[in-house]
Amino acid sequence: MQLTLEFGGGLELLCDSVKIHNVNVDPLQDGEDKFTMKSLLAWVRTNLIKERPEMFMKGDSVRPGVLVLVNDCDWELSGQLDTMLEEKDVVVFISTLHGG
Amino acid sequence: MEEEVGVVKPKNGGGRLCSLCNQRRPALKRPKTLEQICKECFYTVFEEEIHRVIVDNQLFKPGERIAIGASGGKDSTVLAYVMSELNRRHNYGLDLFLLSVDEGITGYRDDSLETVKRNEIQYGLPLKVVSYKDLYGWTMDEIVKIIGLKNNCTFCGVFRRQALDRGAALLKVDKLVTGHNADDIAETVLLNILRGDIARLSRCTSITTGEEGPIPRCKPFKYTYEKEIVIYPCHLSNLDQLFTYAYFKRLDYFSTECIYSPNAYRGFAREFIKDLERLRPRAILDIIKSGEDFRISTSTKMPEQGTCERCGYISSQKWCKACVLLDGLNRGLPKLGIGRSRGPNGDRQREMKQSNGTRNIQSKQCGTLDF
Repeated sequence: MQLTLEFGGGLELLCDSVKIHNVNVDPLQDGEDKFTMKSLLAWVRTNLIKERPEMFMKGDSVRPGVLVLVNDCDWELSGQLDTMLEEKDVVVFISTLHGG
Repeated sequence: MEEEVGVVKPKNGGGRLCSLCNQRRPALKRPKTLEQICKECFYTVFEEEIHRVIVDNQLFKPGERIAIGASGGKDSTVLAYVMSELNRRHNYGLDLFLLSVDEGITGYRDDSLETVKRNEIQYGLPLKVVSYKDLYGWTMDEIVKIIGLKNNCTFCGVFRRQALDRGAALLKVDKLVTGHNADDIAETVLLNILRGDIARLSRCTSITTGEEGPIPRCKPFKYTYEKEIVIYPCHLSNLDQLFTYAYFKRLDYFSTECIYSPNAYRGFAREFIKDLERLRPRAILDIIKSGEDFRISTSTKMPEQGTCERCGYISSQKWCKACVLLDGLNRGLPKLGIGRSRGPNGDRQREMKQSNGTRNIQSKQCGTLDF
């Protein structure tokens, strides 16, 4: 499954300062033919985050203060961790924790 | 349900519509009200709420010159954009300027100042940059070399406050607006409680401060959630992609943490506020409300506001904090004026011993500019 992930607000510094990542994830690895935000976060933590994962995640979700948009829509509207991802979805993570 | 080719499907269940216009799909959940609203309505309410705050609190008068404290970060960038937009739309009749402080932090401030310089062109607002080096004779890089990574934020905070005032005086503005948002203010209320700073607690929630001083400051984002400030530029670029994307570049802002800030105490309060917000977003506005409702007992002895004998800046002590800190730096006693003093003598003797070698560093006193 092809996804576009974008990191902003300083989070890009945790993944080699690259803001946009076009990635290919395997939904079948969970044994089911579906891929949720929860699975994506675990995948990102393992595969993209190079340093200080605690700046990005807390428990199995993002750290409070990190904003998530799925296809330009606040993930609080789509069920947060339970949001079902599909081919070509665009997921944006923006930290609000840095200074303004 | 219709499916457009090449357009990614929204995930929000399909059925629900924006709770304001009842026509379009919602794009975000407002932390303030928990309403689910669409991009278009978000724009309108975001900007009009700030307009209401400005009008209801009579923040400006027609013809005033206003400096926007601009760091290149998200809050001040959005503030500069929204201020120039509202000024035009509602005929405030204000002369707007961007005012930036160059603390002299290589790899941080030099980069973010580039962002402010682009904002100057993008929004057509004149920019003034004042530097710590010019005002005080020291850059933050030089200060950190001497003081280390502990307490350096004390210097930076005290110096920035004065630098903004001095820059505002140079621009001859009537007021200074800053991008402090609701999350910042809630955080400051908590910090002032933790520090037991009753004087600051009583004024940190005021939308306008320093009216008795040379240049009042106000915070048009006092009731604006950080989440909405961050989301605002994202949506702006998408909505107006055809016309403004290249021009605004998603409201170009800079977002790297200050390289000297990892020790900042504020970070703990910030994280706590974000934890509270996740459980109950209203908590942020409630903390501000509690801060406003604090009544300082009339028998509490409050520090008296006077002026610094050395530079003339407002101060409750003989010398203002910046002059005390600078005096320490210039005499090679950089820890002077930091934390609790255990009597001048004891402290001074100990510091003298460890400070050999830095004593010959000279700089001007902080009062090189007149108001």
